[in-house]
Amino acid sequence: MKRMGHPPRAPGKVSPYPRQSTLHRKDARWALLFVAPTALGLAVFCIWPTFQTFYYSFTTWGPFGGHDWSGLDNYRELFTDPELRNSLISTAIFTIVTLLSVPIGMVVAVLLNRPGMRGLGLYRTIYFLPTVTLPASIAIMWKMLYNGDYGAINWALGLIHIHGTSWLANPDTAIYAVAVVSVWGSIGYNMVLFIAGMQVIPRTLYEAAELDGAGRVAQFRHITIPLLSPTIFFVTVITIIGALQAFDLVYMMIGKSNPALAKSETVVFLFFHKAFLDSQGGYAAAIAFLLLTIILVFTSIQFRMQKRWVHYE
Amino acid sequence: MSETAAASRKSRRQGGAWRKVLPHLVLSLGAVFMVVPFLLELVTSVKTFAESTHTPPSLIPHPFEWGNYAAVFDSLPFSHQLANTILMTAGRTAGQVLFCSMAGYAFACLRFRGSGLLFGLFLSVLMVPSQLFLIPNYQIMQWLGLLNSLPALVLPGMFSAFGTFLMRQFFLQLPTELGEAARIDGANPFQIYWRIMLPLSGPGMLALAILTAIWSWNDLLWPLVVNTDPEKMPVSAGLAALQGEHLTNYPVLMAGALLASLPMIALFVFFQRRILEGIAFTGLKG
Repeated sequence: MKRMGHPPRAPGKVSPYPRQSTLHRKDARWALLFVAPTALGLAVFCIWPTFQTFYYSFTTWGPFGGHDWSGLDNYRELFTDPELRNSLISTAIFTIVTLLSVPIGMVVAVLLNRPGMRGLGLYRTIYFLPTVTLPASIAIMWKMLYNGDYGAINWALGLIHIHGTSWLANPDTAIYAVAVVSVWGSIGYNMVLFIAGMQVIPRTLYEAAELDGAGRVAQFRHITIPLLSPTIFFVTVITIIGALQAFDLVYMMIGKSNPALAKSETVVFLFFHKAFLDSQGGYAAAIAFLLLTIILVFTSIQFRMQKRWVHYE
Repeated sequence: MSETAAASRKSRRQGGAWRKVLPHLVLSLGAVFMVVPFLLELVTSVKTFAESTHTPPSLIPHPFEWGNYAAVFDSLPFSHQLANTILMTAGRTAGQVLFCSMAGYAFACLRFRGSGLLFGLFLSVLMVPSQLFLIPNYQIMQWLGLLNSLPALVLPGMFSAFGTFLMRQFFLQLPTELGEAARIDGANPFQIYWRIMLPLSGPGMLALAILTAIWSWNDLLWPLVVNTDPEKMPVSAGLAALQGEHLTNYPVLMAGALLASLPMIALFVFFQRRILEGIAFTGLKG
């Protein structure tokens, strides 16, 4: 820079400096050094294990370690195992209920994202709080709320003469109860993504619509939703991917001795159970691959459907 | 046309008060729904066990049982677990900030053959649910003799495809002229990384550090798998293990849960803007 002063800048993104290729001649060796730790770490802890797990999914594990090739046995078992079927159903319920956090998060973001909105920071902090809170802490507070004998929810229901159940011990309600907590905990995260998405929409569009006499609802339908559709799509995709992997809350809120567990175990919970408590690593590996397949299928379906309703500029 | 415009303006003026109040009404109702579980936890954490089972739940404890906070340390190896959590979080965060910024710099600023392919491979790791890594990772730790140890908690969490992606995006935003100019003056890529890029990437590294810290602090599944000895568990797994017990002493449990949540809540309140920007950045540019 000192030697050259300020050369006239070429239009576009062309670098003003000459000898580009010679400058980058030694890059490869340095790049290897810089990338090596992460590349090695990911190879050892992520990439290789993926193949290893794939191999395990074709094996049967003995009770005292060791494993034998058993072909497609594990995958065949996937189709007949009632435990797995139950876990798929509860995971589906959990995912569908959790998706409620997408429209709710959007409504909160729309209400917050108005010019001159007061208390924005405070609201944002409050809604986001569950996202940074220890899952064990969330599980404990909600277990207390859901408690059948002295929980605040049943007490409140009692005021309007409804006799509440033991929400987390009742097989018919347990997974829904946990999913509600998941909604509660996801609203803030989705809200943040929606607020970021809305900040890109030009204010002038709303001003023009206002001049034309369009009300809030019309503005929301004809400006906010179409221009926000890439964000809606993205938030929906990551919410589904996250919910399909549900484990923490279910594990802590529906304990091992809970009678509702059989009907509430999610796929990842069942995987954990098979792999680390029952030492059926081979079958667990097949479950993990089923999960991967489900996630990939869902995501690709969504990517295909987005052409019909997502507007990119 | 001017008539209808005037009419709509009039109706808008009449609805003006509502329009200002209604959003606040909805938002504060939602806020109450968000906050009540936290308040209940706070209040219950200073109740006696007997009082915690009363209906209706009392709003102000009588008497205040501050002893619950001391009892946490007696009924759990709580101080060990807290120390494990702190060390696990620090180790993973330091590792990710260092390694991800290095790799991110290489992908953003250096030219080498196969960089696109390698980066694609990194990104493909993001697509795979982490449960697929669990069994082999457990075996690696077993093979290394590291089960029930601090390194087992830290090691796999030090490398991140997500963090590399984040840092790459960040470096790409910096003006390329800086690095090019230094090259012409004879600096090598390491000197450019260390003296120019790192000092400029403070905000990006801070965002990555905070996100990694929160994720590590709250991580449950891996610690549960690899460290089954209560003394070696982080507090996330320690509290989870305690919940299965038959007679749950909610006040003590809640005191512990609150104590263990506090550091990340404080971090969030303090760095709120950075965290939210980081999430929006990674979320929307991905």
